[in-house]
Amino acid sequence: MSLENVTTLGAAEVGPATDSQQPPGRLWLSTFARNRLAVIGLVVIVALLLFSFVGPLFYHTDQIHTRLAMETLPPGKGRPLGTDDVGYDELGRLMVGGQTMLEVAFGAAALAVVLGVLWGAVAGYVGGFIDGLMMRIVDALLAIPALLLLLFLATVFRPSVPILILVVGVTAWLVPARLIRAEALSLRSREYVLAAKTMGVRAPTIIFRHIITNSIGTILVNATFQIADAILVVAALSFLGLGIAPPATNWGAMLSDGLNFTYSGFWWLTYPPGVAIVLTVLAFNVVGDGLRDAFGLDSKHG
Amino acid sequence: MIRFLLRRCAQAVVVLLLVSVIVFCLLHLLPGGPARAILGVHATPTAVAAFNRENGLEGPLPVQYWHWLTGVLSGNLGFSYVQNESVASLLGQRLPKTAFLAGISVVLAVLIAVPVGFYQAVRRHRAGDYILTTVTLVLYSTPAFWVAIILIDVFAVRLHVVPAEAPQGSFSEVLSDPHALVLPVLTITLVTVAAFSRYIRSSVLDELAQEYVRMARSKGAGSRVILFGHVLRNAAGPVVTLLGLSLPFIVSGTLITEYVFNYPGVGLLAFNAATSQDYPVILGVVIVVAAATVVGSLLADITHAVLDPRVRTAAGIA
Repeated sequence: MSLENVTTLGAAEVGPATDSQQPPGRLWLSTFARNRLAVIGLVVIVALLLFSFVGPLFYHTDQIHTRLAMETLPPGKGRPLGTDDVGYDELGRLMVGGQTMLEVAFGAAALAVVLGVLWGAVAGYVGGFIDGLMMRIVDALLAIPALLLLLFLATVFRPSVPILILVVGVTAWLVPARLIRAEALSLRSREYVLAAKTMGVRAPTIIFRHIITNSIGTILVNATFQIADAILVVAALSFLGLGIAPPATNWGAMLSDGLNFTYSGFWWLTYPPGVAIVLTVLAFNVVGDGLRDAFGLDSKHG
Repeated sequence: MIRFLLRRCAQAVVVLLLVSVIVFCLLHLLPGGPARAILGVHATPTAVAAFNRENGLEGPLPVQYWHWLTGVLSGNLGFSYVQNESVASLLGQRLPKTAFLAGISVVLAVLIAVPVGFYQAVRRHRAGDYILTTVTLVLYSTPAFWVAIILIDVFAVRLHVVPAEAPQGSFSEVLSDPHALVLPVLTITLVTVAAFSRYIRSSVLDELAQEYVRMARSKGAGSRVILFGHVLRNAAGPVVTLLGLSLPFIVSGTLITEYVFNYPGVGLLAFNAATSQDYPVILGVVIVVAAATVVGSLLADITHAVLDPRVRTAAGIA
């Protein structure tokens, strides 16, 4: 879905990635902390998490029962962002929608990174024919637009939060697989890996202890971008009406509802969820950029 | 060069075969198999058996796969029971419209993104770069459908300059209504510019850090000569690669845009197929788009190799 993927393709295809010069110890943390934009991004992420998960504890609204007498009221006293077309309070809805949004995004990104790291590390470490076959499978899956695949999967499985995590996760692991495979290709000829091999350490141990541990910067950076991507994908899927069933919602579904009222000028139904999506994705992208600089990875390590 | 070509083509064939295996697996992932998905859950076992016999869905899976693959290769992409029309003919009507919409938008996007990316790279860490980087990053983080909604809200609802619905009907009817094409084209262009210019900025920055630039500079070549004589040519490679590889991204953006503006292209076809459980159509679209992507990235790699000899030798490793 994202082009961040494409940015990485050329580098992965031309050969092993140049080794990442990771600053030792906690140096990357202080580099990151000095990047003002990235820190702001992190603050925004924390604020969004608090807004979505802690907010409803302070701002009580009924997000289960519709109240048709209260539909599409403009913002006013007691309803800072107005109400939607079935009478839900829009601000409260934004919080509930944020919960499912962030749950799916974190879950799908975690699944994609775990799958991709294992696949890429094994392919890169084993090499040869197996590597070629594993990477061609990745190529084949990358050729299928994720949104089409998701359309198909979303009609086969009834979407819920766990199903969405699964569906988005299994379509998103390809980029981390390519990145980690490139890392593994360069790491497997390192002296300490060769030494471990000579001492008879088994391949799974080497993969976990040396290959994956030493790619941690790339993994962390990619995971951050994966969350941003997952939010866009889930929002798109929900916008197309294949997301999550009411009364549950997310920001994409809210935008989809709001689209019908653009002509009526009900701006409070489209701009708040839209701004929420952009703000969240932007925050994760900025933090990802910051982490990438902190780990000293070049821009092709998206 | 010949070795590179053969190698790259062989790879593309393998990838295409794997795509076909994946789509075939998806077909069998359907609850109760393709027969149940098409005939419905209440179909009698005899009806299911008859359907399977007619459509070559009997026997072991490899045999079924072979039957299906030979069909696809001869242009038989299946039959839409919902629309009572073959998938190939549905795609034939709609592909030109989507290719047209996506084509104009991508050409516009390249025409805008290349100068913008160059400008940003050359003026790195100055006000102009910061402003453009911020704008493209915000746009890059904005979902295509929200871009579309804002455009509709501003240009169609408030200013009344262009209609919010895309032109309808056949390809020639679509062409005859350029006014209605403005917003869909603008949506895809904006989203694509955001992604492309970020990529072009970083490729140009990579090129500017190369030794040949320093060499040219120390010879006394002016920055104009360096930029247009050397860097532009070397940065053309990454741009070609980008075009080849971004097809899935563009398809996703086009699908959303067609949905919002009700543009009668392949994206809307796939979306309607998904909501009406018309599986042969979705999978037909998947096959065609995936094949186009594989061929696109093959062509991009070949062009890149023609432009830049280093790629030919380096590709031996991958």
